[in-house]
Amino acid sequence: MSQDTAAGKGNLFNIISGIIILAGLVVTFLRFTQGLGGVTNLDNNNPWGVWIGFDLLCGVALAAGGYTTSAACYIFGLKRFHSAVRPAILTAFLGYAFVVFALHYDVGRPWRLPYPIFVSPGTTSLLFEVGLCVFLYVSVLFIEFTPAAFEWLGFKKIRKVVVKLTLALTIMGVILSTMHQSSLGALFTIAPSKLHPLWYSTYLPVYFFISSIFAGMSMVIFEGTLSHHYMHGLMDKTHLDEADGVVLGFARGASMVMMGYVFIKIIGLVSDGTWQYLSSGYGLLFLTELLCFVALPAMLYGIGSREKNLKLIRWTSLLTVLGIVFNRFNISMVAFNYQLPSSQRYFPSLMEIVISIFVVTLIVTVFRFITTRMPIFYEHPEYAEHEEEPAAHGHGH
Amino acid sequence: MDAIYTLHDFMLNSKNWIYILMGLGLIMYVCWWLFLTSRDEPKRIT
Amino acid sequence: MQRRKFLGLLGAAGLMTTAVAGQAQAAGSKHFEGYPDSFGVLHDTTRCIGCRKCEAACNTVNKLPKPDKPFDDLKVLETERRTTDTAYTVVNKYETSKGLKFRKIQCNHCLEPACASACFVKAFTKNPTGSVTYDESVCVGCRYCMVACSFNIPAYTYNDPITPKIMKCTMCQPLIAEGKLPGCVEACPKEALTFGKRVDLIKVARERIRQYPDRYVDQIYGEREMGGTAWIYLNGVPSPEVGMRDDLGVASAPELTGGALATVPMIVGLWPVLLTGIYAVSKRKDKIAKEEKRQAVTAALTKAAADAEVKLSAALTKAEVENKKQIEVAVKKAVEESAKQPKTEGEA
Repeated sequence: MSQDTAAGKGNLFNIISGIIILAGLVVTFLRFTQGLGGVTNLDNNNPWGVWIGFDLLCGVALAAGGYTTSAACYIFGLKRFHSAVRPAILTAFLGYAFVVFALHYDVGRPWRLPYPIFVSPGTTSLLFEVGLCVFLYVSVLFIEFTPAAFEWLGFKKIRKVVVKLTLALTIMGVILSTMHQSSLGALFTIAPSKLHPLWYSTYLPVYFFISSIFAGMSMVIFEGTLSHHYMHGLMDKTHLDEADGVVLGFARGASMVMMGYVFIKIIGLVSDGTWQYLSSGYGLLFLTELLCFVALPAMLYGIGSREKNLKLIRWTSLLTVLGIVFNRFNISMVAFNYQLPSSQRYFPSLMEIVISIFVVTLIVTVFRFITTRMPIFYEHPEYAEHEEEPAAHGHGH
Repeated sequence: MDAIYTLHDFMLNSKNWIYILMGLGLIMYVCWWLFLTSRDEPKRIT
Repeated sequence: MQRRKFLGLLGAAGLMTTAVAGQAQAAGSKHFEGYPDSFGVLHDTTRCIGCRKCEAACNTVNKLPKPDKPFDDLKVLETERRTTDTAYTVVNKYETSKGLKFRKIQCNHCLEPACASACFVKAFTKNPTGSVTYDESVCVGCRYCMVACSFNIPAYTYNDPITPKIMKCTMCQPLIAEGKLPGCVEACPKEALTFGKRVDLIKVARERIRQYPDRYVDQIYGEREMGGTAWIYLNGVPSPEVGMRDDLGVASAPELTGGALATVPMIVGLWPVLLTGIYAVSKRKDKIAKEEKRQAVTAALTKAAADAEVKLSAALTKAEVENKKQIEVAVKKAVEESAKQPKTEGEA
């Protein structure tokens, strides 16, 4: 009986994702035959839309679970998060891979994407910094992910080599993430006249970096919730035993980071003297973002972790993830070009939204494909537990 | 080298070097860490 | 305890980043004046009559496609326009406190161009002539230049699927390199546009303000906006009335992004220090914990062994005692029995 409904759910998922992928392919064809003008609502005043605001900004922020989880486990020594590392690394890798994939739609000549690094580096650009770091970090995440693939394929020797690099790769991941998460925010520091003063700040890079930490942690909790719901059968005892601890630990960590974020946002308001705008319509939007989508979930996380209320924490993670999306949308679209008359403002076209949903569907599909085949939620029986603790900075001693 | 007249050109030049230095710095850190830990007692496999 | 440390360090990291960013900005004391003797154009909006001859000339010189409505159709002025991929310059009409005014829009050729600062493939160049030009051959089409430009000038060929590019005024770089005037300046019938060395143009503008204080507001727009522009403007009304923002500030694009860019190498330089430190601390804790565990186990084993010994010796002692007793009993029995025997023998 319950198996029947599960099969029904699976079929429904396949049908819906099939339709989305079909629609995505149609729009892909239109994009590369008619140009951006044919499928998007972008114009000369609004050069960046939902493909940058969602696919790039949100994609990168929500994939931050990779570096936060691996840093917590391998650098800060919180071993009880170990079973959460592999799903987080996989999510991050897929997230970044599809950020790069989605960029192929947005930029005019995608085959020139390697140009900034290999042909004509414009080092004064923060976008160069973002591009270089994303390129390097995708590579790092790929290497960090390979042990799972090697275990699946049975390549023991090369797996051992990669596992020895764990610490070096983790540190590299934190450095690269700090750099490009913050630089994504710093992209907007060049246009103080276009971004509403409530969001514009010289602290933008710090805001983006700090918010990426709790975005990543919340995404680990949220995605864990979904995985437990749909892929429970794939998880081994260690994963299931540690899962609640991961949720509680990350909830408390995230609530503390979020309180810090609220604090530095207020500092920014006062130091730039922009608090006077709070009484305007944009002020209401800003306060909603800060109070309902950061301060409130910070409190809920706190209460949830104190009372060991897993259900509350799981719902809070969804609220926090939505808050991150809200924040990135505000900065890249809603509060950007705030001075233009409403007739010249941007609103995404249906086809732009289709591509964004198409990309998300592809991520979920590939995630399912990989987790049902490779040892992500369980430890491969042939590789002993916790053997893969980093041997001090790689290279055998 | 031509004289530099704009802040943009100055930054282009200095940032080029800074990116190269960052790459070298990361390699240097790895080597230094290996040097620091090279006489540590061998790790027990747990 | 560990988590608290984790968060404390995160906080320290955040503070450090911010402090470094602040310092880097403060240290930007290097000052550049731009190319000496570079050219510019002075646009006196009080002289402009909105004839659109500059638009027509620009269209011809740059071989842009003919517009739907001819350039002598002045009804076009009724709606406010901006530069597009087919028009490097447009003239707009404004209702102002001093009646109808016209203003020409085109690339202002910043002294520190935001587009060049933003471009991650160096597609924009600030030339010694003062013009800012664009090189299509490296452009990826990311459109960050359009985000960066405070004047909303660069336009993009959105309908080109294969080779889209940025379109913008070049200040007629090919013409000025030959010693000729830019197309629009050449075409202007009212001398609303004056081409010359920027330093001279600023003097000309000052002089006009001095001579006709009632005609002009006392401001040369573009002298300092966004770090200064090659095109400068004289207005009869406050600049917002002719669609020019007066809130752009005087910081140039490289100054605006300099702080964030300066923080980047600090992350690379200091994160490995901080992170290996944290790693060492957590490893050390692990080691101590393991050592304590080992000691505890050893102690427990020793104690167990000692206990066992005590028990054993106790058991042995007990056994010995019991043995003795048994022997004694046996001997006693034997003695008793032997004492009995003669008696029975005697009886027999």
